[in-house]
Amino acid sequence: MNTEKLNFVIPSKAKMLSIALMVIGLICIALMFAFDKQADDPEYHHTRAWANIFAGSFFFMAIGLAAAFFLGLQYAAEAGWATTVKRVIEGVAMYVQWGVSILLLFFILGQLQVHHIYHWMLSGVADAGSQHYDKVIADKIGYFGVFWWIRTILYMIGWSWFTWKLVKNSREADKLDKDTNNSFHWKNIKLGAWFMVVFAVTSSTSSWDWVMSIDTHWFSTLFGWYTFSGMWISALVTITMLVVWLKRLGYLEYVTESTIHDLGKWMFAISFLWTYLYFSQFMLIWYSDIPEEVVYFQTRWESYKALMWTVFFVNFAFPMIMLMSRDSKRNFFFLMFVGTIIFIGHYLDVIMIVMPGTVGHAWTGLSWMELGSFLFFLGLFLFVVLRNLTKAPLLVKNHPFLEESLHHTT
Amino acid sequence: MATKQIIHGVFGDEEPLLEACKKLRASGIRIKDVFTPFPIHGIDPIVGVPRTRIAICAFIYGITGTSLATLMMWYMMVHDWPNDIGGKPNWAYYFNVPAFIPITFESTVFCAAHGMALTYFLRCWLVPGAKAKNPDPRTTDDKFLIYLELNDEQSKKADEILRATGAEEVNYKGTLTIEPKY
Repeated sequence: MNTEKLNFVIPSKAKMLSIALMVIGLICIALMFAFDKQADDPEYHHTRAWANIFAGSFFFMAIGLAAAFFLGLQYAAEAGWATTVKRVIEGVAMYVQWGVSILLLFFILGQLQVHHIYHWMLSGVADAGSQHYDKVIADKIGYFGVFWWIRTILYMIGWSWFTWKLVKNSREADKLDKDTNNSFHWKNIKLGAWFMVVFAVTSSTSSWDWVMSIDTHWFSTLFGWYTFSGMWISALVTITMLVVWLKRLGYLEYVTESTIHDLGKWMFAISFLWTYLYFSQFMLIWYSDIPEEVVYFQTRWESYKALMWTVFFVNFAFPMIMLMSRDSKRNFFFLMFVGTIIFIGHYLDVIMIVMPGTVGHAWTGLSWMELGSFLFFLGLFLFVVLRNLTKAPLLVKNHPFLEESLHHTT
Repeated sequence: MATKQIIHGVFGDEEPLLEACKKLRASGIRIKDVFTPFPIHGIDPIVGVPRTRIAICAFIYGITGTSLATLMMWYMMVHDWPNDIGGKPNWAYYFNVPAFIPITFESTVFCAAHGMALTYFLRCWLVPGAKAKNPDPRTTDDKFLIYLELNDEQSKKADEILRATGAEEVNYKGTLTIEPKY
């Protein structure tokens, strides 16, 4: 095995690209605040700009979080196939700490009334005498406010701690000459299993708290799973594309074609999970036709029709047709091509979740604002993930399933 | 008229069997079949089994399921007796497509899964009352067997390879006469 290629060195072009993306994105974000105005609405606090910032910070945080979930899942299920690409998953998962930090900053700004993404954060929304009084929100204000902040802080600390600990144990095991009783692996199995329990609850509740509460009057019990499937597929696409790219650069030569094939299968399968949940949520609401539920899709149907159809076809029909055959899942070009498209598709999905509740009917279609914010967070994400990859050798040592993974065939 | 020798190469483990398969194939000998007590990962390309075409069947069965479901629901819900469910009258199929999707999906999966299973059973002739086609019953316990049908010249070469790679037994099971077609 080529030992030189075990330690990742960021190619200067990739580093330049990530920095360039951040600079372009920052310029766009700055310009957004100058251009995003509505003369007739004095209460309009650059809502579209802030909504874009939220979409970007949430989408990439979610990728890190879902990668951490996937990592924990491999441990809890004692799965061996992904051991050779585990360092890539870890590298992506470690972004979660950056992601939640940015989100925390965003929420604090919201509480300080700098932006108006969450209507329930508006002061006076629950006071009967106030001009902002909202009966529906006042009835459930107990769930928000202090209780919301406690939950938010707990999610952030919990996820960051689990990810940090999972990765730390994995790296610690590398330092030993020989881990005879697999002590670190056993620790991680326990940790992974606990993380599954924590994640199962918090992935749903956090998506209600942070994303669904944008449409404070509306609720859907499927929403948590819908968001979760979206973040899972985005994370899998990211991991697959990173693996393929690293292999192209000459790293990860020990990753078999079968492992890549399996990653392709995951992309294919979770695309369907996402479609299933997206459609289930839509169909149940469409069929029962209850006004307070239907209003959610009415806004989307009236002002976001093109986006809604695009998201559905790009994230469902496109991967279904492109990734159906075995050969396409083993073809690096195909995986990169399909991966890029559905990665963008799922960003558009987040845009479609966030925008109607914030910008509403003032939406004028996708523009440089969405692109700018996407580019900034993409640049930051790439910068952080590539730096994480350099922190440890790309192949784990002392992992009991390493041998199995090196000979993985399907 | 050609006469072929039936040879059973019996191994005690999968590793020497795979080794023997590789060497046999490298010297141009066609392996008729391999019998093992458990599935061996990645043996297909080594033995020279062509890739399964069941995926193509699955696709065709799936499409059939989609079409059948669509036809059925169109006939029942739209054409023969238009139903009005939940204030959504079925004047045309496309009006209420969301309501038809779950059944379309289930029917596609049903037809693909059952079609694949039935195709597999028929193709392998695993029908009720079928006789076991096992050349040596010990392959269901702990023996690994390579089944060969070869002419005299190849038989000698195969015998050498089998013994060299650690076959526990090389059994000659009589001859097979193949009538020329013309």
